[in-house]
Amino acid sequence: MHKLKPISALGAAQPQIDQIAGLTIAERSDLALASIAARQGQGEACMAAAQSWMQADLPSPGQGHLGQTYSCFWMGPEQWMVSADQADHEDLASEIKQSFGATASVSEQSGGWCRFDLKGAQLGAVLERLCNVDFAAMETGDVSRSRLEHLGCFIWCLQPGSEVAILGPRSSAGSLHHALVAAARSAL
Amino acid sequence: MMIDHPLLGLRDAQEFTYLGDASLIDRPDWQAKDAQDQFHDYLYLRDNPAGEHRELWFHETGDRSWLVVTRNTLTHEISKVELARDVARARGRST
Repeated sequence: MHKLKPISALGAAQPQIDQIAGLTIAERSDLALASIAARQGQGEACMAAAQSWMQADLPSPGQGHLGQTYSCFWMGPEQWMVSADQADHEDLASEIKQSFGATASVSEQSGGWCRFDLKGAQLGAVLERLCNVDFAAMETGDVSRSRLEHLGCFIWCLQPGSEVAILGPRSSAGSLHHALVAAARSAL
Repeated sequence: MMIDHPLLGLRDAQEFTYLGDASLIDRPDWQAKDAQDQFHDYLYLRDNPAGEHRELWFHETGDRSWLVVTRNTLTHEISKVELARDVARARGRST
């Protein structure tokens, strides 16, 4: 039998947490991800499926939904990303597919992304060094995909002005983490 | 340069990748009798206007949508931005 053990996006047994001058940068490896893309002409049926599955509408462009069990954000035209607790929803993609049926195409995304949660009163000063996103104007759940350290990352506002989730390509987790830490040290 | 994305508002042009003339949407029918001639024209013959030009831009580090941007090649003024899928569907594609 293989002796395999899961590792975090940064390659360690435990997710990394950095504290820099009042800012916390926390790697998250406890979330399952899956994407939903409405099939052609199925936008409304897909919306109805979402409503009955998670009792919430799929968000409009630039917005997200933060729920108890499921959270999601808008990725592109008629495309959304859903996240849920990994321990309880390891099979998130098949769970969604069962509810959405032929109205949407669903893809497992857990292995494709890494996520860092940044929290601190001075977060705005760090983010403005990293990307184009106007964090000061973002409200809870708002999301924007932008270039950060040459990577296309989602910037997802969890708490206006003080807490954000950054999702980037998992294969570049080390580069993304380096950029976050370097910007925090520079700004704070 | 800023591009006024139809869904997301003003976004920096560095988030986009430029593809070229929006006439690339009008891909010929590969089964047509004169497909070879049509594809020759499609691939190699382009207008090169000094003035208003419709072109395809890809929001690569944004929402990854394709846009048709109407830009004046002399002034860089952008007068119109549409989702490419809406343009294509209006021409009877992917319906």
